[in-house]
Amino acid sequence: MIQVVSLVGQASAAALPSILDVSGNLWLDVALKVVAIVALFLVAPLAIGYMEHKVMAHQQARFGPMDVGPHGTLQLVADGVKFMQKEGIVPRAADRWVFGMAPAVSLVAVLVVFLVIPFAPGLWAQDLDLGLFYVLAASSVGVLGVLMAGWASANKFSLIGGVRAAAQLIAYELPMVLAAAAVAVQAGTLSLAGIVEAQATSLIPGTSINVWYVFPQFIGFALFYVAALAELSRPPFDMPIADSELVFGFLTEYTGIRFGLFLLAEYAGMVAFSAILTVLYLGGWQILPGLAVPGCDGLFDCRWWGTLLAFGVTAGKIAALTFTMIWVRATYPRLREDQLQRLSWLALIPLSLLNIAVVAAAKVVL
Amino acid sequence: MKLSAPKPKVPGLLKGLGVTLKTMLTPAVTRQYPHVKPDLAPRTRGVIALMEENCTVCMLCARECPDWCIYIESHKERVPPATEGGRERTRNQLDRFAIDFALCMYCGICIEVCPFDALFWSPEFEYSTYTIGELIHEKERLREWMDTVPPPPPLEEGAEQPPELGAALERANKERQAALAAQRQATEQAARGGPAGPARGAVREDEEIEVEAEVDQDVYQALLAEGKSERVARARAKAAYVRKEKARIRAERAAAGGGA
Repeated sequence: MIQVVSLVGQASAAALPSILDVSGNLWLDVALKVVAIVALFLVAPLAIGYMEHKVMAHQQARFGPMDVGPHGTLQLVADGVKFMQKEGIVPRAADRWVFGMAPAVSLVAVLVVFLVIPFAPGLWAQDLDLGLFYVLAASSVGVLGVLMAGWASANKFSLIGGVRAAAQLIAYELPMVLAAAAVAVQAGTLSLAGIVEAQATSLIPGTSINVWYVFPQFIGFALFYVAALAELSRPPFDMPIADSELVFGFLTEYTGIRFGLFLLAEYAGMVAFSAILTVLYLGGWQILPGLAVPGCDGLFDCRWWGTLLAFGVTAGKIAALTFTMIWVRATYPRLREDQLQRLSWLALIPLSLLNIAVVAAAKVVL
Repeated sequence: MKLSAPKPKVPGLLKGLGVTLKTMLTPAVTRQYPHVKPDLAPRTRGVIALMEENCTVCMLCARECPDWCIYIESHKERVPPATEGGRERTRNQLDRFAIDFALCMYCGICIEVCPFDALFWSPEFEYSTYTIGELIHEKERLREWMDTVPPPPPLEEGAEQPPELGAALERANKERQAALAAQRQATEQAARGGPAGPARGAVREDEEIEVEAEVDQDVYQALLAEGKSERVARARAKAAYVRKEKARIRAERAAAGGGA
């Protein structure tokens, strides 16, 4: 992690400028970016959580929350208030410090991912030359929070949950990184904004239509998607929680606001991974392949309403991807622990190796 | 042995996604209960109502109740004889009738066994409370539920009318005919300008005579001499006394009316 930060410091000089650099004063800019990112970090999970409530309910022939606010829109706000009111119980045998820090570790790991995601032309806190590497490294730290929670709770179910999370991380980190590496190979850059640009400029020979990487690398997209579900411990890969086996896994001993923070981290993680998928495979803020955003000349030169529209396009793609994650959750039963490991080591990792080999070969040949 | 299922046309994973998507796009069937009241079947069994007037404190319901959730208390009351010279009767007067709905399992056996049509099912169901004690409904509350009991379902087409209903209808019909006839007669007499007939007034007077029953000692002794039992002798002596008294009063009135 420390190495990554120092690398980030070296790399930031060559990065693309952000439209949030308004004043020229470093600390003012930093404050502005932090406020913007934290606001997004707090609001987006509310929307995603509401979508999860509603989509899952309707897929199960129910209505979901209906009473708090119009059609239950304020349900999660009410839940947040409730979490804050509840007593934060720490088990007597628990390791107090680790127990208390675990939600923060999970949360910060996701929060820092938001820093580099390009939502629209210039609409990012910081474009890093090592953006993709940074994102993968930071998102892996979230699992450390889960492991900390499981270990510090002094509860055997929590511990099993935490260890399962660690095993899951090891198994699914590999296909995810290999799939992302294939994208980096094809794009020729690790900068997230650079990858969007590369997708906008990689034309089908003889036409002016560009290709998003989801088309040549559909296997990579599927691998990354499945691995992201596993990283997030989302069903059908929620063995670290597995209510039918482990009470509530690593969350068993958590109450009140700490539990709420874990929940927030999960939803924010869904947003973050959907955003990464959008950037890596779905062309970022492009509406359709070959169709530029109205109000923009090219990819990066946009008027203010073009930027807003581009942000809307990105948000729409993120929402569509999170919808599929919820859809998958409502449809599939949880895998068994051995099935989870088997799927990764015997199917996803060989596939991802094949994927990166083919992409690299194609890159050299074409 | 290995069972081989036919290979599905659509892979199961995709089919499952299709099912959830289809469910999402079809409207949910959930009823928004507190905001939208449910439309219940007409004979829904919600709460048990008590028609207090019909209860004879026979205790059948309380004894048949599997949960012992019906509490009945009563005392005996003396009732004057229905007919002249009749015996005083005792009647059960209901003091308390309560059903503990915290214990009740809504089997409806009490309603089944009630021979006097005092217990009924009511479709009301919103009587939950904050304290368990309030679930004991006393007879006043149970009587109030009676107002919510729907009328019995109509008879089947061509079904024979129940005899008690037929008799009641016949009586009501007769009374109405009599009232109509009396009205017609009254209008005719008013047209003629004559006064109302005196005969009817005399009849009414006869009906109004009230006599306190006493044992006529002469008749009583005579009947005992004949070898009748004490009980029969007393009853007949009373009846004879009343008859004699009535005749005497009638004669007095006739004399007074004639004098006037």
